[in-house]
Amino acid sequence: MPALAPSPAAHFGTASRAPAGASAPLSSSRLQTVDTVRQLQARIDALQRTRLDTRLMPTHEALADLLPDGGLKEGAAYSVSPSSALVMALLAGPSAAGSWCGVVGMPEFGVEAAESMGIDLDRLVLVPHPGEQWLTVTASIADALGVVVVRPGRAASDGAVAKLASRLRERGSTLLVLGSWPQAEAMIGITESRWSGLGAGSGYLTSREVTLTVTSRRSPRPVSGRLLMPDPEQGIRRLDPPSARIMPRPGLGSAARRAREAWREVG
Amino acid sequence: MLRALCLWVPDWPVLAAVREGLALPGAPLAVVAANRVNACSPAARAQGVRRGQRRREAQSLCPALVVLPADDDRDHRVFAPLVDAVEALAAGVQLVRPGLLVLAARGPARYYGGERAAAIALRAALAVEGVADARVGIADGAFAAELAAREAPGIRIVPEGATAAFLAPMPLAVLADDELATLLGRLGIRTLGAFAALPALAVRERFGERCAHRHALASGTDPRLLAPRIPPLDLERVIELEPPLDRVDQVAFAVRQLADEVVETLAGHRLVATAIRIQFRDEEGGESERAWLHPRSFRANEIVDRVRWQLSGATRVLGWRRDGGAGPDGAGPGGAGPGGPAGPQLRAAIARVRILPENLDAIAHHEPGLWGSGPDERVHHSLARVQSLLGHDAVLTAQRSGGRTLAERRILVPWGDRAVRARPVDRPWPGALPQPAPGTVFPARHAVGVVDAGGAPVTIDERMRLSAAPAAFAASAGGAARPISSWAGPWPLEERWWDPCRARRAHRLQVVDAAGVAWLLVLEGASWWAEARYD
Repeated sequence: MPALAPSPAAHFGTASRAPAGASAPLSSSRLQTVDTVRQLQARIDALQRTRLDTRLMPTHEALADLLPDGGLKEGAAYSVSPSSALVMALLAGPSAAGSWCGVVGMPEFGVEAAESMGIDLDRLVLVPHPGEQWLTVTASIADALGVVVVRPGRAASDGAVAKLASRLRERGSTLLVLGSWPQAEAMIGITESRWSGLGAGSGYLTSREVTLTVTSRRSPRPVSGRLLMPDPEQGIRRLDPPSARIMPRPGLGSAARRAREAWREVG
Repeated sequence: MLRALCLWVPDWPVLAAVREGLALPGAPLAVVAANRVNACSPAARAQGVRRGQRRREAQSLCPALVVLPADDDRDHRVFAPLVDAVEALAAGVQLVRPGLLVLAARGPARYYGGERAAAIALRAALAVEGVADARVGIADGAFAAELAAREAPGIRIVPEGATAAFLAPMPLAVLADDELATLLGRLGIRTLGAFAALPALAVRERFGERCAHRHALASGTDPRLLAPRIPPLDLERVIELEPPLDRVDQVAFAVRQLADEVVETLAGHRLVATAIRIQFRDEEGGESERAWLHPRSFRANEIVDRVRWQLSGATRVLGWRRDGGAGPDGAGPGGAGPGGPAGPQLRAAIARVRILPENLDAIAHHEPGLWGSGPDERVHHSLARVQSLLGHDAVLTAQRSGGRTLAERRILVPWGDRAVRARPVDRPWPGALPQPAPGTVFPARHAVGVVDAGGAPVTIDERMRLSAAPAAFAASAGGAARPISSWAGPWPLEERWWDPCRARRAHRLQVVDAAGVAWLLVLEGASWWAEARYD
């Protein structure tokens, strides 16, 4: 049995790689096929997703529907572009709902901004300098804290990452990684940023308009939305209407969606 | 009738201050509470200072007078060893107030063979502790015994049954009841004897229960029983390290059993410690100590962790010598403490470790519930694990605080430590930056250069005007120049000009670079710094 195992894998590997490498000028029909395959994959994923153990963290409503599944998933890891405001916006929802938050390896984390974004400082733990042991510290903290933000130090081995991932799944904690992460559920980034309030020597910073782009493993097409983060009242607000931003899911009927909602309530 | 023995140390607050080293012995000294002299030294008394005088009055009588505020804690603290010394000789000691002890005379009198012999023994015990002029009075009842002690230096024994006669000539003032003294004075009664001659029943009917009690005192029948002090539990544990150890991991290992003992002793009394104090003495006689708090209660391994952290902290702060591999047993990596990869070696070897539980709580308050004690316990355990890995101050909780600079507006407290009293946040703090606060506050600010459109450095003149509009800035360490698309400021900040150490004078600028990221630039002295980023 072990002797047989590598061969299908190798077969799949070549099969999927060969067309991509060989056909530099992709014909339009080819593109269409690829698109169809991806759509089908997304559909399969969408159906598989309705599992009992899928639970969502209470996420800030302005961000929730940009994320795959409509919120931060418990036990998942997300790759976040290095922006303190984005991290704080993601932490705000769980923290306000009573989760403990941990921030590992970010000595520059602005406490005052965090509080004004809605993070409860009583349930915020900072480990600014984990050094070489960042992975151990993260795993240890993720045992008890709901959401953990980490800026990876030295690159981690695949084995260590897989171990951390299984620990997260088991504990139901969410991991936000600043930078890339091999098993990220989604990549969340700020693609555009515009501050308002400043002129040429006048005014002061009031609010910032950002475009958030989320790329997930399942849907290759990025989802983006425009937000005020922070808005003039130090909150987070959505700018584009909610209806426009839901990516159409071909074939996922209303019945399936209802079923998913039902599951979610049960879960 | 209870024979009472009273031990009185005159002018105890003064003596306590001298013993604490706050004043020289023999100097004119007064301890003042609420602007009135509470106690004074013999030197001050010789110049006319008296108890109850106003402070100004005392100072005018004796210009060289050293005035100290009264401190009850100090009085008790310094008196405690004396109480222990007396308790070593006689049981059932009642501490009336610092400087005044009452005990039943019967026990010591029988043991030492007579009341006078007992009094001499107790005085001698106090003399060993450095109190030369302790006074002893023995009489029927604590009230008469105290008066006997106050009457004359040395030892005054009122024979059994003679107490009423001893009290009779005393003025009513000794009852310490001004209202009653005035009232009886109007009735022509001026001594305790005259007061005691009134029929007890008539006094009770006419003046009530309080005066009846005073009447009993005056007649030499003190109805009070002694309430002996219960000696406090001896919970501290000391280990003498012989030979002294000079490596953190060795000390931590040696202390393990001690920590077990502390926790077990406490558990035996159904107690847990929520705060402990750890003291070290090194072989050169130097002492260091620190109190450690615990958000829940200490277990043995957590005490060992504190010992390790305290030693590692001392290694860091005092710059104690690190093991460079050349030490006697230098090759083995200790793995102890965050100080470095090799086990830090202490400059002076530790000869004694003392662990003292400071705050105690009933164990019942700290039992885990039947279904666990909720998520917070889990949080604590995992954070404690990280602390034992990285060190006590590696895990922080954040607190807001008032202030003008970004560094002042937050306080970071190690997990488990008591929250620092923050400066109030809700004050206006003029000069603070307007909201929103920057999300990224650099722990060490970066030096930058700010230039105008022509490439010349931007400066700010005396009138707080910029030399030119800033056009770009770049890190001094090297890096691409970031063009400035919009900016505002400069906003001056001038703080604490009266304090050369903490004075700060700076100008701040908010700028937005071409990528849409905002920065806080600060000009302090002659150089620009990037202090924070709004990202």
